Amino acid sequence: MSTHHHHQEDFLFKYIFSTDHKMIAKQFLITGFIMGFIGMIMSTLFRLQLGWPGESFWLVDALMGSWAENGVMAPDKYLALVTMHGTIMVFFLLTAGLSGTFSNLLIPLQIGARDMASGFLNMLSYWFFFLSSVLMLISLLVEGGAASAGWTIYPPLSALPQAIPGSGLGMTLWLVAMSVFIVSSLLGSLNYIVTIFNLRTKGMSMTRLPLTIWAFLLTAIIGVLSFPILLAAALLLVFDRSFGTSFYLSDIYIGGQVLEHTGGSPILFEHLFWFLGHPEVYIVLLPALGITSEIISTMSRKPIFGYRAMIGSMMAIAFLSFIVWGHHMFVTGMNPFLGAVFTFTTLLIAIPSAVKVFNYITTLWKGNIIYSPASLFSIGLVSTFISGGVTGLVLGDSALDINVHDTYFVIGHFHIVMGLSAIFGMFAGVYHWFPKLFGRMMNNKLGSLHFWVTIVSAYGVFFPMHFLGLAGVPRRYYTNSEFPLFDNLVDINELISMFAIVAALGQLLFLFNFVYSALRGPRAPQNPWRANSLEWTAPVEHIHGNWYGDIPEVHRWAYDYSKVDENGEYVGGDDFIPQTTPLGDNEKDGGH
Amino acid sequence: MAIIITVVVLLVIVTGVQILKIAELKAISQGEKIYEVSEKESKSQAYLMLVFLVFYFGFFAWQVVAYGDRMLPVSASAHGVGIDSLMTVTMAFIIPVFIITHILLFWFAYKYTYSSKRKATFFSHSNKLEMIWTIIPSLALTVLILYGLSNWNSIMTPVAEDEEHVLIELVGQQFSWGARYAGEDGKLGRANVNYIEGTNFIGVDASDANANDDVIVKGEFHLPVNVPVQFVFRSSDVMHSAYMPHFRAQMNCVPGLKTQFNFVPTITTKEMKEITGNEDFEYILLCNKICGAAHYNMQMNIIVESKEDYEKWLADQKTFAAN
Repeated sequence: MSTHHHHQEDFLFKYIFSTDHKMIAKQFLITGFIMGFIGMIMSTLFRLQLGWPGESFWLVDALMGSWAENGVMAPDKYLALVTMHGTIMVFFLLTAGLSGTFSNLLIPLQIGARDMASGFLNMLSYWFFFLSSVLMLISLLVEGGAASAGWTIYPPLSALPQAIPGSGLGMTLWLVAMSVFIVSSLLGSLNYIVTIFNLRTKGMSMTRLPLTIWAFLLTAIIGVLSFPILLAAALLLVFDRSFGTSFYLSDIYIGGQVLEHTGGSPILFEHLFWFLGHPEVYIVLLPALGITSEIISTMSRKPIFGYRAMIGSMMAIAFLSFIVWGHHMFVTGMNPFLGAVFTFTTLLIAIPSAVKVFNYITTLWKGNIIYSPASLFSIGLVSTFISGGVTGLVLGDSALDINVHDTYFVIGHFHIVMGLSAIFGMFAGVYHWFPKLFGRMMNNKLGSLHFWVTIVSAYGVFFPMHFLGLAGVPRRYYTNSEFPLFDNLVDINELISMFAIVAALGQLLFLFNFVYSALRGPRAPQNPWRANSLEWTAPVEHIHGNWYGDIPEVHRWAYDYSKVDENGEYVGGDDFIPQTTPLGDNEKDGGH
Repeated sequence: MAIIITVVVLLVIVTGVQILKIAELKAISQGEKIYEVSEKESKSQAYLMLVFLVFYFGFFAWQVVAYGDRMLPVSASAHGVGIDSLMTVTMAFIIPVFIITHILLFWFAYKYTYSSKRKATFFSHSNKLEMIWTIIPSLALTVLILYGLSNWNSIMTPVAEDEEHVLIELVGQQFSWGARYAGEDGKLGRANVNYIEGTNFIGVDASDANANDDVIVKGEFHLPVNVPVQFVFRSSDVMHSAYMPHFRAQMNCVPGLKTQFNFVPTITTKEMKEITGNEDFEYILLCNKICGAAHYNMQMNIIVESKEDYEKWLADQKTFAAN
């Protein structure tokens, strides 16, 4: 009886409470995408308001109900939308959706492990994330509306329901949901770190790891070191809101009376928030960069250029990410000397970033590039990483930041360098590893169309924002029409909103392709991209333990593409050599 | 309406499924593997890479031409000139980097598209190249950091006590601004939210003698041209940010904390009307830190005028004691 039971899993434990990393990856992916689509619809709604302020829209009316009388959203509900859009995109789509999916899918498969170190913790990680998502969505429906203080939830605005209705129950749910989210993130990250350090297969030294794994490892380390600080910040805020403490509050007159709180400072909250908040940028970015490294190398049939430099630059970025948070606070009244230090450390990040960009470009040079949708999105990522990265030199410079701080220049910058890069990396990963996720292939032509619509409309949305910022337009304004100063910018906002609508519609191409291919797509072959890394030696169908028989042994790094001998013939007879192939006589391993 | 939309969406999905099915059957009948990217397909994507490069640069250039003259006018403060030239230097660095890297990226993407007749070049690392693109950005950044920090340090140095200057306190509250001038004694009286009552909306302590000659205004405030202005900022409820874009000036207003910023206005409102060719031009103070439902409409006009006009205006205002 017991043997029978082992082979016959029931539905509940196979699909719902699964401890299998591949199933958990799919759970993270699908939950993340559902949250992402909700976040995207929110952005479409507030772009309608910004493009055509005060005009009535059927869509706004249908989705926002009594919070949008006659199809025009209320000003504080506009703020609720931007707050929830930011929260959902940064944390639920690009942290849990991206890291959760690909760390789970690829870590065991690419290092040669049967599963994560703890399948149970891994399952808990997903279910905490799921709970957190549900709580966050419920907060949209409560009295007063969702949290409305911006995704950065600076007190006192986030602490006082008298200041904005969303700081009532909506904010409480936000804080609870984020606390649960952090638990999920920590469980996941600890598992990733332990698995990478301990469960690598024979021969898989650290310098033979694919760059994806290095990226996931560093991401997990950043997460473990920084997310607890946000938890601390959130808990202290809960105390201030509900138990009368004054960590962040002092000298406040609101609603006709002076509050009892005294002695606290919102600046403390900002320090705690950005101590996570800035590393968070790299928590969403590094996995995307790792995925891109892998795909650009595989699809251009060339080794990634500067493997060690890539690891080194990711380490440098990870380290620096912890000592730059103050660049979000140049104009908060923080000591100007600190501002100077943070300017110095911030601009240093440009160096490892430049190294990465040039290494990507050199990898393409004299390659033999096959254009799958994954290749397109990876090259798109390099473009967005550059386009958004260079404006970081403006914002990271304290003197320049004075006049563009909190303007649309910032919105343009971080949506391109962090938002677009991370989502491009995520799309690239989904197209590339879809066969490993669902055992089927996605449609390439639809994927290519999806890429071109997305990159054109995304730049159409975010590039003009730099100009709005240089014209002095602040972010988080319900409308710019109260200032004659901004009257000549109306057409720019309309253009941005039109591109935003196209971009949103373009994602339906992806949604359709994704659902269709998962259910009806052509069956995946063993190694569709003719890639070297270990996951392509695992059977297409999902089995517990990942490999039949023994786990394969690794003999070389993951980037032996188009390796030729002295006669100009491919070593091994083909333009790729899987990691499981033993080194030939006199053959040197790469990566050294 | 909802029914029509549902029907249309369903039809689109069914059509999509059918199209994909047909494409698959066609591929199978021709002995191709549908998931494989053909050489021809790669070529057309590579061509689109080049088209995109042209589009992207064209879009960038078009925006510079179409939007360029709608940016903020010349700086109306002394330090702002330094910020603007720092911005020019930074742009002169990042725009060429943006253009060159994009040309390389998309040109290689176009040129090295897949061909079965060619082999990719196995080129896995070069310490020399890595050194080049570590050292060159480092040198450029050294210049930018030093230039930036020299600007920053001079901007953030408060006006010396003994220098002639105007001392103004700006107070943010949902959703308006108040400005308080120190008056003849050059000292602001004590103030705290506990003293807020009736017309004393920014909470000045009436028992402090320094407060008697303070002048409190709403709606608009005036500045003398070419005289340093030392600002002190407060908030009486949530965080606000005092943003004066034409003066390249911004500082947050934090409840429980006094913050400061200073600048020298150099162009009067009248002169700026001429420079911009806009009769209705006004300098403006706006809130730039999310502060509640009406955050988008929290503003105060700023009038920059000659010292004489300014003094006349100030003398016409009632002092705190007179109120």
